Amino acid sequence: MSKPRVATASLAGCFGCHMSILDIDDRILQLIELVEFDKSPIDDYKGFTQRCAIGLIEGGCCNAENVHVLQDFRKNCDILIALGECAICGGIPAMRNTIPLRECLAEAYLDGPTVHNPSRRIPDDPEIPRLLNRVYPCHEVVKMDYYLQGCPPPADAIWAALTALLTNRPIQLPYELLKYD
Amino acid sequence: MSESFTLTIDGVEVTAQPGQSILQAADAAGVYIPRLCAHPELEAFGACRVCTVKVNGRPQAACTTPATKGMIVENDTPELNEHRRSLIEMLFVEGNHFCMFCERSGNCELQALAYRLGIDAPRHDYQYPARTLDGSHPEVFIDRNRCILCGRCVRASRDVDGKHVFDFVGRGKGKRIWIDAESRLADTPLEGEDKAVEVCPVGAILRKGAAYAAPIGRRLYDHDPIGADIEAKRVGAPAAKGGKS
Ligand code: SF4
Ligand code: FES
Repeated sequence: MSKPRVATASLAGCFGCHMSILDIDDRILQLIELVEFDKSPIDDYKGFTQRCAIGLIEGGCCNAENVHVLQDFRKNCDILIALGECAICGGIPAMRNTIPLRECLAEAYLDGPTVHNPSRRIPDDPEIPRLLNRVYPCHEVVKMDYYLQGCPPPADAIWAALTALLTNRPIQLPYELLKYD
Repeated sequence: MSESFTLTIDGVEVTAQPGQSILQAADAAGVYIPRLCAHPELEAFGACRVCTVKVNGRPQAACTTPATKGMIVENDTPELNEHRRSLIEMLFVEGNHFCMFCERSGNCELQALAYRLGIDAPRHDYQYPARTLDGSHPEVFIDRNRCILCGRCVRASRDVDGKHVFDFVGRGKGKRIWIDAESRLADTPLEGEDKAVEVCPVGAILRKGAAYAAPIGRRLYDHDPIGADIEAKRVGAPAAKGGKS
């Protein structure tokens, strides 16, 4: 029997949650016995090669590309896990959600005290993904199946959740592993 | 002194003194009823409804309802905990609670209740309201992004500090905690040692220069759920553990 496949993505996140995946230390050896990694920054696969059992999503959606990737994950994964605060509630990037996008861009590219931008142009190359009006938590864009809290989630929580899912047990985190920071 | 009497909470007989609320009687007996706006040093207020229990089958706020003889109280039931979970979830989405950089994280009563009730994510959409922060005061700041309108600061400032620095303005969704000055916290008589500063259950009113004093792993609710101290007073009680019930 072929191993179940796991894919991961970092959307509007800082890669801290991916660091926390690596933080399972030598259990990563057990993990690669249990699963095969598909599309993921860990193996640098840019696209899905096969249908995946589990998709781990770090970060919320701050631009059109994030939305596209997240929808692609939903299409290709049986189970999607929102990994960490940014995926669950937008996190630090969502601090801009109380400020109109136009004002954010003006501060960053026109009016900020350290800005040097003689052309007075806000970057608009078609290659650059369009920013959304605000940052969206993953579950406001597609259906998410599970949520792992933390900034980042503790490696032990990621390990507990993955091994539970892979062995058909319910995810039950002990008190100490449910943390919002 | 008048006579003590008994009532039952979740089938356990509890002794109460005249004048005690259900919450106070439960605390004294080592039974934890979740609460947010109630504070042992302040008058009951009944704002958050997290302490809602069923008294003889009817929902009542445990912090404002006097204990009476023979009352049958339900507290730790799946139905009531589900209501509490909903209330906590709504508080999370109605404000901007970014736990990852909040100085109160690990010592926050709102967060601790979410941990105890096993909330892995709110079921409602986040509202991201635009709220203001006032850092003008040399010793204290107020960040309204995190205010849950519990009214503890209002009561503490008025009844303990004798100053009335804080009060509510607006109604419904627009309700805010406000200060006794035209514009700045620095223009109020507030001082860093005031009770009003100490009692905020979240990171809305904080003393400056005291941030992140305890490292992760040594904060109030890192290992033991909120309420564990009360439950430890119960005779023959097993150690409390959080999680869904
Ligand atoms: S500032 Fe703190 S104490 Fe005052 S109402 Fe808001 S949450 Fe309660
Ligand atoms: S603690 Fe009773 S209503 Fe808030």
